[in-house]
Amino acid sequence: MNFARIALATAALAFSSLAANAADISGAGATFPYPIYAKWADTYKKETGVGLNYQSIGSGGGIKQIKAKTVTFGATDAPLSGKELDESGLAQFPMVMGAIVPVVNLDGVKPGELVLDGPTVAKIYLGEVKSWDDPAITKLNPSAKLPKQAIVPVRRSDGSGTTYNFTYYLAEALPAWKDKVGVSTAVQWPVGIGAKGNEGVANNVANTKGAIGYVEYAYAKQNKLTHTNMVNKAGKTVAPSSASFQAAAANADWSSQPGYGVILANQPGDQSWPMTAATWILLYKKPQDAAATGEALKFFAWSYAKGGKMAEDLDYVPMPAKVVTDIQKMWSTEIKDASGKPLYSPTN
Amino acid sequence: MDSGEQNVTDMTLRSSSVSAAEAASRSAVLRRLRLTDLVFHGLTRGAALAVLALLSGVIIALILGAAPALGTFGFSFLFDESWNPVTEKFGAVAPIYGTLVTSAIAMLIAVPVGLMIAFFLTELCPKPLRRPIGIAIELLAGIPSIIYGIWGLFIFAPFLQKHIQPFLIDAFEPIPVLNALFAGPPYGIGMGTAGLILAIMVLPFVTSISRDVFDAVPPVLKEAAYGVGCTTWEVFRYVVLPFTRVGVIGGFMLGLGRALGETMAVTFVIGNAHHVSASLFAPGTTISASIANEFTEAVGDLYTSSLVALGLILFVITFIVLAIARYMLLRLQQQGR
Repeated sequence: MNFARIALATAALAFSSLAANAADISGAGATFPYPIYAKWADTYKKETGVGLNYQSIGSGGGIKQIKAKTVTFGATDAPLSGKELDESGLAQFPMVMGAIVPVVNLDGVKPGELVLDGPTVAKIYLGEVKSWDDPAITKLNPSAKLPKQAIVPVRRSDGSGTTYNFTYYLAEALPAWKDKVGVSTAVQWPVGIGAKGNEGVANNVANTKGAIGYVEYAYAKQNKLTHTNMVNKAGKTVAPSSASFQAAAANADWSSQPGYGVILANQPGDQSWPMTAATWILLYKKPQDAAATGEALKFFAWSYAKGGKMAEDLDYVPMPAKVVTDIQKMWSTEIKDASGKPLYSPTN
Repeated sequence: MDSGEQNVTDMTLRSSSVSAAEAASRSAVLRRLRLTDLVFHGLTRGAALAVLALLSGVIIALILGAAPALGTFGFSFLFDESWNPVTEKFGAVAPIYGTLVTSAIAMLIAVPVGLMIAFFLTELCPKPLRRPIGIAIELLAGIPSIIYGIWGLFIFAPFLQKHIQPFLIDAFEPIPVLNALFAGPPYGIGMGTAGLILAIMVLPFVTSISRDVFDAVPPVLKEAAYGVGCTTWEVFRYVVLPFTRVGVIGGFMLGLGRALGETMAVTFVIGNAHHVSASLFAPGTTISASIANEFTEAVGDLYTSSLVALGLILFVITFIVLAIARYMLLRLQQQGR
């Protein structure tokens, strides 16, 4: 049950912060990668004895805390711009990828049966497409019998990296979205009901007939929600799966943005899932506590090297090896202690 | 007077708490007693002052926190409906409206029902049923608000969406004002649902306080009224209610206080949308729900400050409600004389 899981996670979090000792790595930020970070940390602690104290307080909170220097690393689903990174002296790199899927609650519609495209989803959230039998939807689903039922758009009521990636995709898909709503971790939604967290959106969709929502893929899967397929940028219909998430990631040009801040929404490629998203780590290039940052880098290197299988088990997508090599080269040239000595060398 | 005090002291001297050695020296005992009194006095005063310090601390913190938002938006903060984190334009109309409307719905339902339950329990209820119903009402007050929220989201809202709302929307469609009040689409959750949940949460407060004050009505008054041929309704309306109005208003205010500030249950079922709409079925938001939802992830000083400003507004609303309650009680007491 969802609530039991949340309670457990909270208890584990509370306990882990109590049990944290000086040797532990401290981090805070995005909730979306929390399950995989927790799993990595658990295994890492067994292997090395070094624990991770990660507070999943949200991307905004993670950015605030790393800027206040209360944690060794911050984690965010919405990347900082090159300008912001330079001003604050932070290094940014992607840790793992995941995907956002639209979920619906319609009688007689099974997972993967409904097909939507970006402009239609955007129009639903703009309040322009109001009913499930709207021509925009029936055109994409000629064989489906869709009811004359009001669409209930469900979205996040809290600020969220998921919302950032989702609104980014909608703005890419429909220019009008950019003018009327914009892209941010929280926006002024024209219609719909708000729910807190991925769990809240999942529960609201599950309990409201005619609802549509957007959640991390893992939440859709665990709650057995009816996800839809999407028409991607290449005009092909794709289903959410590890393969389509990886296809989107493979096409990304990571070096095109400072701090690897590439939003994976609407990537080209026949197989690409259009709502793939990465999550980033923020570290100081010249940290006050060089030893702690060194430990954190060791943990991240271990996660890249050995965490791929665990990530796939939890429906995340590991970073491609080529990108990891590039990131680690960046570590060894940019992240240094007070004397200018690199805190990480690719060989160790 | 003097001799009285002397007497008390002598009594204390004789009491077992004072040892024999001390009893030998009257002045030592007196000094010790005076010291105890002084310490006790200081402790109680300290506790009372701590409340004042806390309260002023909260007010100062709220004002300081709200200053950037109020400085930027000025009075338009109170009249602006937009709540746009992208353009950083914030206004409090939607949360204020939602708070007042949901509380009004709650009181509109809870007060008449609560009074009827209380009167039934004190006057008409068969003896064996009294305790079970009374205890059930009190249990209702003991249920944590999150439980009401979960129940509202998982059971009550889907039920409303499927059975009640479509019927009401169709039924009121041709009637002018009502068709705006009950306009679709049926989402299940919304301001009306939040008001209904609040009514259930407030009901025990109104009921148990009314029952207690109804119980305090001297039987002779009611018997006299029945004796001259009054109906039960007349006894309720012209004897019990006037006699207990101060207590009933107290219960009303306690309930209203809970309705205004309730957070968790409302957040679950109100829809959390910063819109003002006439329809009771439309999603809305309240002040406390907005803060609970958005505070942790509010990015930027202006956003955070606007949320604190909402908190300040709720504080002011609660203060006004309390002030009105005090004023009404004062007037009633003067009339009573």
